[in-house]
Amino acid sequence: MNAVLQYTVQGLAAGSFYALAALGLAVIFGVLGVVNFAHGAFYMLGAVAAAVLLDTVGMSLWLALIVVPLLMLVFGMLVERLLVQWLLPLDPLYNLLLTFGLTLLLVDLVKRRYGVSGLPYERPDVLSGRIQVAGVGLPIYQLFVIGVALLVCLGVWLLMTRTRVGMIVRAATERPELAGALGINVGRWVTPVFGFGVALAGLAGVLAAPFRAITAEMGSDFIIILFAVVVIGGLGSIVGAVAGGFLVGLVEAFGQAYAPTFAQVLIFVLMAVVVLARPAGLFGREEATA
Amino acid sequence: MLDVVDLSAWYGEAQALREATLSVAAGEVVTLVGRNGAGKTTLVRCLMGLHKQLTGTIRLDGRDITSLPAHKRARAGLGWVQDDRGVFANLSVEENLLLPPKVSESAWTLEQVYDAFPALGSRRRAGGTTLSGGEQQMLAVARVLRTGARVLLLDEPSEGLAPVIVAQIGDIVRTAKQSGVGVLLIEQNVRFAATVADRHYLLAQGRLVESLDNDEFVARQDELLEHLGI
Repeated sequence: MNAVLQYTVQGLAAGSFYALAALGLAVIFGVLGVVNFAHGAFYMLGAVAAAVLLDTVGMSLWLALIVVPLLMLVFGMLVERLLVQWLLPLDPLYNLLLTFGLTLLLVDLVKRRYGVSGLPYERPDVLSGRIQVAGVGLPIYQLFVIGVALLVCLGVWLLMTRTRVGMIVRAATERPELAGALGINVGRWVTPVFGFGVALAGLAGVLAAPFRAITAEMGSDFIIILFAVVVIGGLGSIVGAVAGGFLVGLVEAFGQAYAPTFAQVLIFVLMAVVVLARPAGLFGREEATA
Repeated sequence: MLDVVDLSAWYGEAQALREATLSVAAGEVVTLVGRNGAGKTTLVRCLMGLHKQLTGTIRLDGRDITSLPAHKRARAGLGWVQDDRGVFANLSVEENLLLPPKVSESAWTLEQVYDAFPALGSRRRAGGTTLSGGEQQMLAVARVLRTGARVLLLDEPSEGLAPVIVAQIGDIVRTAKQSGVGVLLIEQNVRFAATVADRHYLLAQGRLVESLDNDEFVARQDELLEHLGI
């Protein structure tokens, strides 16, 4: 029982990174139709930025949680304006290739500048150690990660469901052509939405900085799992991205605990089962083809 | 109000419209009748800026809108109701109504919409596509009326609907007409077309073959039905 609670928290914490990043991937795919392969690299950049800012200017984790996503928002908007935008009228495959190339570039640039051994990140004292819950010592940092992720997911959900911007994004995601023909300038939202998605990946990266090894390659496995997450949750579905993220985190944690050799495989088995049972994913809508 | 001059359109090498010239005046209901594949939907998509491989001129109130993107045409006063209704599943009924920006002072208020379409008012929080087919059609039409669009482009609004609902759609079209809105109505349902329209254009193989006023249209209904094969 104790072990179950421990693995659950561990899984939800791991799932928090997936949920936040997948949320970004989902809004980008929804509005731009771009499968952003560079999302793992943006996650890595978020972590590296947090580490570098701590090392150079002594920026605390608290401040980094706000500053780094803002920097990533600007960076993402630049990437969209300078690169992604030009390929949008073409087959989506071109942007997949572009973002794949961007990943290689960013990873190598970080390697060149900061090496391959990994950057240190010291966790704030308040977030270190364990807290006793029902007789089980749970790592405070994992609980913190879960809390932040849930708050951000709730915020994004409110943004999507309670504001005009959210309404426009939902409409443009579902039927971009119709939204345009009803007077919505869909193109105007493309750059901010891309930036927003990148900022979410950056935020996941900052949260991961005190928790995972910060290396140039940290996004490479992450992006693969992330694709499994969005396929499980349903590509383009906001709720699906979050649910898929936490689900995959749990599968990973319990897999590592009880069947370590199969932990990674389990995620893809889950993906295969979901795709067979519901091709559009758990929360995806079946394409309405008349 | 809406003037189309020598509009031709292509899909790659295949020409779908041949020099179509037509107009819709304020407070006038004009139908575009023709069989499947005649080019009706292509014409409306050209008007809306959704099909771009074209030549010719499209003017709204004398202003050339031929090269405007779709969202600017909507803001200039074109209200499109697409053939599959185009209701957003991810938006509630009310959000569907509120999504398009107002484009003129004659925009309906939500209260007016709900008075005219009680079924929408009672389901305002429901998801757009949880409505019945007829209600979704009402929603799609109400949505463009709420913007105050001055020319409605209705693509087969009666298709697949029960006669009662079709009659209701007819009432809405007449209401819009009385308020000075121009309506271009795409129809295969010749009987329905005859009940609402002032004039009719016959479209065959991408060409406007005839333009008739409603009396002529009614008188020649049987012949036209045969000619159109519908």
